[in-house]
Amino acid sequence: MSIPPLTPVLTDNWDAERSWTLDSYAERGGYDALDVAFGMAPDEVVAAVKDAGLRGRGGAGFPTGMKWGFIPQDPSAPGGDKPKYLVVNADESEPGTCKDIPLMMASPHTLVEGVILASYAIRAHHAFIYVRGEVLHVVRRLQRAVQEAYLAGHLGRDIHGSGYDLDLVVHAGAGAYICGEETALLDSLEGRRGQPRLRPPFPAVAGLYASPTVINNVESIASVPAIIRNGADWFASLGTEKSKGFVIYSLSGHVRNPGQYEAPLGITLRELIDLAGGIREGHRLKFWTPGGSSTPLLTEEHLDVPLDYESVGGAGSMLGTRALQIFDETVSVVRCVLRWTEFYKHESCGKCTPCREGTWWLVQTLARLDAGQGEEGDIEKLLDLCDNILGRSFCALGDGATSPITSAIRYFRDEFEAAMHTPTSVSFPPAASTAWSDAAATAGVGA
Amino acid sequence: MTLSAETLDELRQITARYPQARSGLLPMLHLVQSAEGRITPEGIEACAEILDITPAEVSGVATFYTMYKRRLVGDYHVGVCTNTLCAVMGGDEIFAALKEHLGIGNDETTDDGVVSLEHVECNAACDYAPVVMVNWEFVDNQTPESARRLVDDLRSGAEVRSTRGPAICTWRQAERVLAGFPDDRADEGPAAGPASLAGLRVARERGWEAPAAGGTDAEDESHGAATDTDPDDAAAVAADEQADTSRAESEAKLDEGKHEAQEDDA
Ligand SMILES: Cc1cc2nc3c(=O)[nH]c(=O)nc-3n(C[C@H](O)[C@H](O)[C@H](O)COP(=O)(O)O)c2cc1C
Ligand code: SF4
Ligand code: FES
Repeated sequence: MSIPPLTPVLTDNWDAERSWTLDSYAERGGYDALDVAFGMAPDEVVAAVKDAGLRGRGGAGFPTGMKWGFIPQDPSAPGGDKPKYLVVNADESEPGTCKDIPLMMASPHTLVEGVILASYAIRAHHAFIYVRGEVLHVVRRLQRAVQEAYLAGHLGRDIHGSGYDLDLVVHAGAGAYICGEETALLDSLEGRRGQPRLRPPFPAVAGLYASPTVINNVESIASVPAIIRNGADWFASLGTEKSKGFVIYSLSGHVRNPGQYEAPLGITLRELIDLAGGIREGHRLKFWTPGGSSTPLLTEEHLDVPLDYESVGGAGSMLGTRALQIFDETVSVVRCVLRWTEFYKHESCGKCTPCREGTWWLVQTLARLDAGQGEEGDIEKLLDLCDNILGRSFCALGDGATSPITSAIRYFRDEFEAAMHTPTSVSFPPAASTAWSDAAATAGVGA
Repeated sequence: MTLSAETLDELRQITARYPQARSGLLPMLHLVQSAEGRITPEGIEACAEILDITPAEVSGVATFYTMYKRRLVGDYHVGVCTNTLCAVMGGDEIFAALKEHLGIGNDETTDDGVVSLEHVECNAACDYAPVVMVNWEFVDNQTPESARRLVDDLRSGAEVRSTRGPAICTWRQAERVLAGFPDDRADEGPAAGPASLAGLRVARERGWEAPAAGGTDAEDESHGAATDTDPDDAAAVAADEQADTSRAESEAKLDEGKHEAQEDDA
């Protein structure tokens, strides 16, 4: 049996009647993985996730089982005598990223079941879901799912008679992209300004309340129940040699049917665009982000790059969160880069100078170009600024801010040159890119 | 205005959810907004007193996060996504149309106090671009016309439904839910919008499914290559992780210090 291009696992119940309820989830075998896990030693659960080859879905792709294995369990090891914590990163704010929110909206119990399995594996008795505050209905669904899980005995004391106890708190953030960065998230969860921490110590040893803490993305944790239920081999049979399993690819922008497409790692953008009905009628792909705005842009020439960690890295970008934002030829790359840079400037936490000052200067320069008033040497200035931010910033936000700029200049330098004298709104009238521009054009033709 | 005894009691309840009380500060500030309509000096004092920290510390936290408001917002706080993708897809035009239609600017409220307007960053709904949020509920796939209608309906008191959620409640009611006091409306609205189901629909049409468990044919070639069986690889990825998202996958940039740190960690 060959593996089909799309393999719904995480998304498989999203079209079920009242899929967010415990009844619906349980009907499909939901929470069955708990008894499988409770029949195993915690270390065996860690080993299963290692064997599956699951890698973090929040951006960096770090092996999840290995991360869990870093938690000191020997009481004599540093941190080993302290309580352990699991924190789910549900802050989803990287521009373009839109997979965790629909997952928690449609099937919050998948995440809750994963939380229980992961907490059991690392021997945590307290877990938190840190969800961004700007998604009210998702917060409601999470609150309800946790409440239902308590009432059904999947959370609380002596879960399923196993002797294992776990409390789970849904915690809503308050609007700050930087709180997705795991150490800033921990500070925020401790009731502070969300600013990144110096590492070491790493969260595995001194995280929440200076205790050993695992921080994982929603999709990483939500992938665990299927691994425990179906086995590590099953999971590892999907995907590529080093990028195993299935993931959610999020297509947005100028494709006919944007949305969530769950596939084994390694599918190409060409295949995905095809499944999404193609680029919108009468237009051509110009550039795209493989994993959100912090991952360098790619172009038409990368349509056949397998979308796995290694191949996208080999193409000079990063798989990131598989946030595939698609832009067609009506779009000014200079304007897009300006807007992303304004975002980074706004979200810079201000802790370190290269990022705080650098993003400010980048915006000044890009705004000039956008207005068609670039000055001699502006392109070099941009590259120079990026050079001073990349690798010199305290956290990855600063690095990420340089990605769209350097990649855009690499592939579209002539557009930056043109912006020395012509405003982008003249070269690329914004009205041509909107979701309704084609309807207007077609109506015109039909009239 | 001082906070009611009931609110003070609820603020204390929040702290009890956490192993350490101060973790409750963000939800406490959401509750202050629900009770007071904004972050007030009294609300800051109350949080500080309950947590036994200084008002300056509370204030420092409140000013860090964009959802906390010093000024009153409308009953319906409208956020137009103008992050790059939504902006390109028409978010800029929608924002401009609403400013004109309502006669207010960014971060301002209509004279009747019903609608306030703000441009927001990516709200994790890019597949529904351009996106408008009302009290942090999704109103997907908007146009300038539909957005004008939306705010007109809000101002006339007509019931407005989120495209992926319930009938929209007031901003203060929303803040109460964010503080962790559920409003029992989780069952309203659909499981997913059309874009969330786009891939699933294609898979259903074509009869595509994930392989069943225990099916062990064809795809065995990748077995035995799990990341943890290859120590070099594992160390490289481990080092990447410590460098976090953007630096991942570019080992060349990693300095020795990070490798060593990782080894200590492991
Ligand atoms: C600025 C910034 C924002 C981030 N935002 C998120 C986020 O919203 N969700 C997330 O899971 N990871 C985010 N990350 C990555 C996290 O720091 C961390 O690597 C991740 O949560 C680990 O989980 P994983 O191993 O399961 O991927 C962000 C990183 C940075 C630098
Ligand atoms: S890189 Fe930016 S976001 Fe990160 S610590 Fe420095 S100022 Fe803050
Ligand atoms: S860019 Fe608007 S929701 Fe993502």
